[in-house]
Amino acid sequence: MSATVLSRRGFISASLLAGGGLLFDLNLPIAQAADGAPVILTAFIRILPDNRVIIGAKNAEVGQGAKTMLPMMIAEELDVDWSQVTIEQTHADAKIFGGQSAGGSRTTPREWVPTRQAGAAARAMLVAAAAQGWGVAPEGLKTASGKVIDPTSGKSATYASLAAAAAKLPPPDPSTLKLKNAADFRIIGRSVGGVDTPAIVAGKPLYGIDFTLPGMLYAVLETCPAFGGTIKSANIDVVKALPGVAHVLTIKGDGTAESGHDGIAILSKSWWTANQAREKLAIDWDMSAVSGFSTDAYAAQAAGKRKAKAESEIVRAGDVDAAFASAVKTVAADYSYPFLAHGNLEPQNCTALFKDGAIEIWAPTQNPENGRGLVAKALNLPPEKIRINFNRIGGGFGRRLMNDYMVQAASIAAQLPGVPVKLLWTRQQDIQRDFYRPAGWHGFRAALDKDGRMTAFHDHFVTFGKDGKPLRAAEMPAHEPPAGLVPNALLEQSFLATNLPTGWLRAPGSNALAFVTQAFLDEVAAAAGKDLPTLMLELLGDPKELPRGTNQPPFLTARAKGVIEKVVAMSGWASRTSLPRGTGKGFAFYYSHMGYFAEVVEVAIADGAPKVKTVWVAGDVGSQIINPINALHQVEGSVIEGLSQALAGQQITQVAGAVEQANFDTHPYLRISDAPKIVTEFVKTDYPPTGLGEPALPPVIPALVNAIHAATGKRIRSLPITPEMLA
Amino acid sequence: MAVSFTVNGDKRQVEGDPAKPLLWVLREDLAMVGTKFGCGAGLCGACTVHVGGEAVRSCQTPLGDVAGKAITTIEGVQKSDPGKRVAAAWVKLDVPQCGYCQAGQIMSATALLATSPKPSDEEIDAAMMGNLCRCSTYVRIRAAIREAAGIKEAQA
Repeated sequence: MSATVLSRRGFISASLLAGGGLLFDLNLPIAQAADGAPVILTAFIRILPDNRVIIGAKNAEVGQGAKTMLPMMIAEELDVDWSQVTIEQTHADAKIFGGQSAGGSRTTPREWVPTRQAGAAARAMLVAAAAQGWGVAPEGLKTASGKVIDPTSGKSATYASLAAAAAKLPPPDPSTLKLKNAADFRIIGRSVGGVDTPAIVAGKPLYGIDFTLPGMLYAVLETCPAFGGTIKSANIDVVKALPGVAHVLTIKGDGTAESGHDGIAILSKSWWTANQAREKLAIDWDMSAVSGFSTDAYAAQAAGKRKAKAESEIVRAGDVDAAFASAVKTVAADYSYPFLAHGNLEPQNCTALFKDGAIEIWAPTQNPENGRGLVAKALNLPPEKIRINFNRIGGGFGRRLMNDYMVQAASIAAQLPGVPVKLLWTRQQDIQRDFYRPAGWHGFRAALDKDGRMTAFHDHFVTFGKDGKPLRAAEMPAHEPPAGLVPNALLEQSFLATNLPTGWLRAPGSNALAFVTQAFLDEVAAAAGKDLPTLMLELLGDPKELPRGTNQPPFLTARAKGVIEKVVAMSGWASRTSLPRGTGKGFAFYYSHMGYFAEVVEVAIADGAPKVKTVWVAGDVGSQIINPINALHQVEGSVIEGLSQALAGQQITQVAGAVEQANFDTHPYLRISDAPKIVTEFVKTDYPPTGLGEPALPPVIPALVNAIHAATGKRIRSLPITPEMLA
Repeated sequence: MAVSFTVNGDKRQVEGDPAKPLLWVLREDLAMVGTKFGCGAGLCGACTVHVGGEAVRSCQTPLGDVAGKAITTIEGVQKSDPGKRVAAAWVKLDVPQCGYCQAGQIMSATALLATSPKPSDEEIDAAMMGNLCRCSTYVRIRAAIREAAGIKEAQA
């Protein structure tokens, strides 16, 4: 394994709480986590006089389960019963807590060692305190259920009774801490329900939209229908005079989508009243600079770029021209996919209070430190004058890695010192002010030799870029398979301009690249007279490590092979040709976010429409599934989300610079009747656990289109799937 | 205009624009924020409440229409037997991911079980089609409704 974890000496401070409890402030700097991000973990562990333990959850909860999982890992090594534990969300402060972003399926690999060390360090101090008190060596003592036990004397003491003495001891060096063997886990590996589930079911206020402060005003914000437009004039005086309107304010963006756009905010004690007033707002926008951007124009430009020489090479290996010249058979196909919105069910919102030259923010954000930086710049405030609190988040999916709504709320609040302000967008604004998954076009070619082996791969990728570089989430890595698996490969790219901000949507990059590459390889396999699992196993070859760049573990072909063979066995792949007419199975494999996933989709075509019956998922995310119930959740959600992207009719289109879609009718998602049976198995391998928020999503889309081909003989080469494609 | 109705059995009177949607009356005037704003257009079901026992989209229900009606929200749904069983099944199966849609899901599921104590899969789909779960917890929603109805898993 290569996921190196270098620990260096950290510090732990412990202090007595009023009332006799003990606060462990565990600050354990770990030089490098699996993804290379520097990690300084601080977890608050508070031991109360009644021996209950309060554990701080430091990451935002977007539904990925981190608020439950990280405290599970601390509790395991602290050696307390889960029933003793109360979980509290911390606020955002990288200086105290280290990395708190929730994205990229990075929480698990980043926290697997340091978070358990946090629990083990506190346990070691409590054991040392007991040893000192009893005059015995700490090595002979055991712990269980929040007690230190001396097996020799039979003495035992609760953590609460030892807390004060433990607080006076020197903290241990994290590198000396011995973590539990997996066989001794009592919490890790058991299904633990979400910490907030009972409150959710009872309708308790948890989310950003629910948070209120005394005297709070609601804000609605009108921005330009086309990104990049500016205000020429507006009927502000008319709107100010409307009943219930408290303020009408202009806010200025800095010209970047990240810091929000120019807009006019209307404030009222009632959001509904403010939003009614917004409908009376008439703004004359200058959209001349951006009105030329449209979906039709992109398609025409992309077709032109595809015919011309590519603008730059991403990677070139071997001799592609020679391989095509000597090929016995070649396969060529063009693929494309649209822009997509995130569609978080909780519309973007943020609450802010500016007072005495400082601002306090309550935000459903996946990426608080990014927001702090943007707010500091927008308000010209030192970062330490900005406090950011987390709310539970009604869906992340990468949208809330961006903090435009936070900057907007802060900019409004800064104009009304002492008045708490909650900015809340409408659904239409949420869909039309997104950071979109970028559209893309691929022109693929593959060469086969006389033995049906794939010898060369060529992709001319037309993507969105600026100054010769891809925009955010619009890039293709040099190692994108089958590059790296075939002897001759050329990946090259050309760029289109857009005014749409682009951003990370769950499994960014991979959600599109898996579709196009694995669907094309299904075509290549068919041309070679074999199936895709066979072609993939051939390409993967003997076990080897393929580098994935600095700070990333290598891609291990043996792990890929493991999940491919597993899903082939699980899904009855070998007997797929005996399926009824109009029914087919498709396969795909994809590696993303350190997770290896092979999936098989069974689809039946009924009345010209594809209906997914079953999805089989084999995944390898390492040695340990930390919280099995949530692991299944993440896989099932990822699978259905991927199917939604292909089947529900999702696409963001543009006319005259503006996004056309406005709500869940025009940017739809699958509903319960479309949810297939999902069969998931995890292949356990001896590598550190990695995240599950994303890697199960990418392969389901190509597995679906490959299944549709098996059922109908028709190739789906662009998304979303329309009835015309199957007619 | 003053409008009187009951919410979870308690008498309420709200002074306001009769066009104001019940969703915002609940959230703003009555400080009951369990009912969620998702789309404002009756497309996602996050705002589902019961009016006279029937599941309705509160974002599409004007205050003026609920005069004299009995309203049940997520905060009070566990007072009824089906509501209690649905909520218990939701916790037992740990249905929520982000959880934002789940108040609406629970209200729709409870209305279903109140009229159809042992719903078929088709009835479950029909009753729940209006409720979008962006995290796609549908597999578990279906299982939790069966659990609450005391239906054994029909197929594997």
